Amino acid sequence: MASTLRVGTRKGLFIFEKSGGQWQCGAPTFLGEPVSMVMTDPRNGDQYTALNLGHFGVKLHRADAGSASWTEITAPTFHKTGDEDGASLDQIWELVPGGDSAGTLWAGTIPGGLFKSTDRGESWTLEESLWSKPEREKWFGGGYDKPGIHSICVHPDNSQLVRLAISCGGVWESSDNGASWQQTGQGLRAAFMPPELAYDPVSQDPHRMVSCPASPDHLWIQHHNGIFRSSDGGHQWSEITDVQPSVFGFAVAVHPTEPDTAWFIPGIKDEYRVPVDGKLVVNRTRNGGKTFEPLTNGLPESPAWDLVYRHALDIDASGDVLAFGSTTGNLWLSEDQGDHWQCLSNHLPPINVVRFDND
Amino acid sequence: MATISFTDNLKRHVDCPPKDVQAATVRDALRQVFAENPRLGSYILDDQDRLRRHVAIFVDGRLVRDRVGLSDSLQPESRVDVMQALSGG
Repeated sequence: MASTLRVGTRKGLFIFEKSGGQWQCGAPTFLGEPVSMVMTDPRNGDQYTALNLGHFGVKLHRADAGSASWTEITAPTFHKTGDEDGASLDQIWELVPGGDSAGTLWAGTIPGGLFKSTDRGESWTLEESLWSKPEREKWFGGGYDKPGIHSICVHPDNSQLVRLAISCGGVWESSDNGASWQQTGQGLRAAFMPPELAYDPVSQDPHRMVSCPASPDHLWIQHHNGIFRSSDGGHQWSEITDVQPSVFGFAVAVHPTEPDTAWFIPGIKDEYRVPVDGKLVVNRTRNGGKTFEPLTNGLPESPAWDLVYRHALDIDASGDVLAFGSTTGNLWLSEDQGDHWQCLSNHLPPINVVRFDND
Repeated sequence: MATISFTDNLKRHVDCPPKDVQAATVRDALRQVFAENPRLGSYILDDQDRLRRHVAIFVDGRLVRDRVGLSDSLQPESRVDVMQALSGG
């Protein structure tokens, strides 16, 4: 079971550690700074924190395994074009290790650039293979002014195989370590598009995509207007309908060894996004979405208006420990797959991301 | 010599003491500062070397107009202040 949980908030990084049966948080790091992404590399313990300084831009920091000493490293940077409207990095929105190639990292960003590092983040290269796709002209912002890559799934048995999801730009796959990309995502549906474009793969808004580590061709998407699952690596998707209390949300987590088991945090769709009837629940399915069980033990009684962002729900490598945090600064953790929740804090700053350290 | 100074709010991120420069434009002044302090550059300018949206630069008390080319001219004794704009919160 994981014993370290990183919580990236609007005002700093808070690290919870389990000791003596209790989850406790030490002093915050990067206090006052917006943290957009965190990652601990399971291959070597390197720790990464991405900041989105409102005035001074995106910064990336790294600390060695077990160290509390952080060093600023180079953030992904777009090449200079000489155009007045050339791209600039707005946010690091996903950060994952690159599989069996030590030192390789993938970063997903707003405005939609995919970057790769082969030297632990000392330098980054924009994947032109994706950036230059003509389909990118059809991408658009989902909740932000510009499109963003928020989910990157590297196949655990084949590091060359990388799948990613973009709001709004659909799902993409590379089978050659990023040298080339193809659009996937047949079956995803965009209710916000004109009817003739509803199933256009490039126009989709997957809020978050996750793949089951033990069965990587099984993926789940929490989409802007529904829940979808795939069993063929994201090429074909089927829509899960009739989900109570709602199919809308931002976050999703999948069990590390049971692809049919997943968790969602539903909200009233679209313009509201708060819990249905002010009742915060976590929805769990154990049968691939045929049925869902609302989990409420330990969660607040109504009314509770917590909103959980797409990166603010995580599950550890054991599959038993989950955590989620809300934009109202509340943080909950379960050690039994969601049957019971304990509140770790009601007083954090707005939470952007939660991630367990997994060995 | 013109003098360029930086907001105190930058100091927790990167060392940026005031610097005397001989520069005809704001761009020239910044270029000289960043030559000695390259890390500071990404805090002031974006990836396209445009002034970051929520950074404000004043020359002798006047807000610079050209946030892309940074071509606002400096006088020999100008004071350049690089500030954190309140628009950024």
